[in-house]
Amino acid sequence: MYAFEIERPSTIADAIKALSEEDAQALGGGQTLIPTLKQRLAMPATLVSLTGIGEMQGVCIGDNGEVCVGGATNHATVAAETAASYPGLSGLAGNIGDPAVRNRGTVGGSLANNDPSACYPAAALGSGATIITNTRQIAADDYFQGMFETALEEGEVITEVRFPVPEKSHYEKFVQPASRFALVGVFVAKYADGVRVAVTGASENGVYRWSEAETALSSDFSKDALDGLTVPADGMIADLHGSSDYRAHLVKVMTGRAVTAAA
Amino acid sequence: MASVTMTVNGKSVSGDVEGRTLMSDFLRNDLRLTGTHIGCDTSQCGACVIHVNGEAVKSCTMFAVEADGAEVATIEGQANTDGSLNVIQQAFQDHHGLQCGFCTPGMVMSAAALLKDNPKPSEAEVREYLEGNICRCTGYHNIVKAIMAASGQDVPAVAAE
Ligand SMILES: Cc1cc2nc3c(=O)[nH]c(=O)nc-3n(C[C@H](O)[C@H](O)[C@H](O)COP(=O)(O)OP(=O)(O)OC[C@H]3O[C@@H](n4cnc5c(N)ncnc54)[C@H](O)[C@@H]3O)c2cc1C
Ligand code: FES
Ligand code: FES
Repeated sequence: MYAFEIERPSTIADAIKALSEEDAQALGGGQTLIPTLKQRLAMPATLVSLTGIGEMQGVCIGDNGEVCVGGATNHATVAAETAASYPGLSGLAGNIGDPAVRNRGTVGGSLANNDPSACYPAAALGSGATIITNTRQIAADDYFQGMFETALEEGEVITEVRFPVPEKSHYEKFVQPASRFALVGVFVAKYADGVRVAVTGASENGVYRWSEAETALSSDFSKDALDGLTVPADGMIADLHGSSDYRAHLVKVMTGRAVTAAA
Repeated sequence: MASVTMTVNGKSVSGDVEGRTLMSDFLRNDLRLTGTHIGCDTSQCGACVIHVNGEAVKSCTMFAVEADGAEVATIEGQANTDGSLNVIQQAFQDHHGLQCGFCTPGMVMSAAALLKDNPKPSEAEVREYLEGNICRCTGYHNIVKAIMAASGQDVPAVAAE
């Protein structure tokens, strides 16, 4: 690692100020950033730790019944605290990586990173969540802009994420056994006004909504509603763990399983 | 450089560290607590698992500065006060839950974290909890047996027997 300083502010305002300095970067749980720094793929002058900021911690229920998660809340806390209010989200958070990763990694870090195989992007897009930063509110549909690309500006911090709670939901993940990320993961959420289906791990453009499945499932929320649909392999990730054909196939299988398991 | 103060295995310790000093390096190089092993240094293997404020974390994937003010527990603090092995450690010995022993500190710390939250885990829960702890020797069965025994449950006749 190159040398850097670490600051540990206790308010969002102080964090934003520290991040306005040259070559400052946010540090969430470090579960992605620290391995990146070890590989010398990043060279910040200062890391601004967000995990000591009380106003970015914890889970609560918003005025419209949505689940609000502080941007620096770790995966284990989300898993525990949304078990009753939003079981689909709880199940997703409780299955990220391994227990030690879940005790450090944060929702804000995961969404800021937007790894094409990460789990949280599927929950945010599949729930039509709102990503709240220090300056604005961004709809999930506008937030994800391709592999590792998001709408975030330099120095912008995810302070909170609001998830509208569906009637039924489930995240089905085909685990890539070495990394524990999703080889393909599908988040299905049934709302009163329709079904949302978000797919991670599959596309070279990162997380996306499978609109044909959304239409089919909105009129018939059953696995059989997917029977006539095919997923093209064009633009799907191909690597030593799975070809693009294999991933395309898995998208439909995982979607069907998610529908069957939705609760 | 920043100065840090924390409680490690019940004792208050201080030191001066760089921003980039990993918790695992602070423990091993500054405090000379070399029981915390570094198997991969890439966040995969779990040999470096310690507890920070009661939570299992990979000490190679956390900065020492982030543990300033925290309660830290490492493998060196696990034995009983008279120096005898604690229940989990003794069960690893009784059930041959280690061969080379390299992964063992992380396994014991993960097991302790599991049993604190879930005193009677099922065999499946033990295996799932150990997803982030890799062992190149044992094939895991005896580790699972040891943890089941440490939780006071019958030791399952696991596969491969
Ligand atoms: C062994 C292992 C297994 C894993 N398995 C999975 C898995 O199965 N599924 C999965 O989804 N993920 C997995 N992860 C990744 C994990 O969930 C990370 O915690 C997550 O991707 C990044 O979150 P973090 O808080 O650690 O962020 P960091 O690593 O601290 O930061 C990541 C990036 O986000 C920025 N950032 C951090 N917080 C904020 C914020 N609030 N606002 C704006 N920018 C911010 C940082 O500057 C950095 O660029 C795994 C990681 C490991 C090490
Ligand atoms: S040394 Fe920390 S996970 Fe391997
Ligand atoms: S006993 Fe050798 S790595 Fe586990």
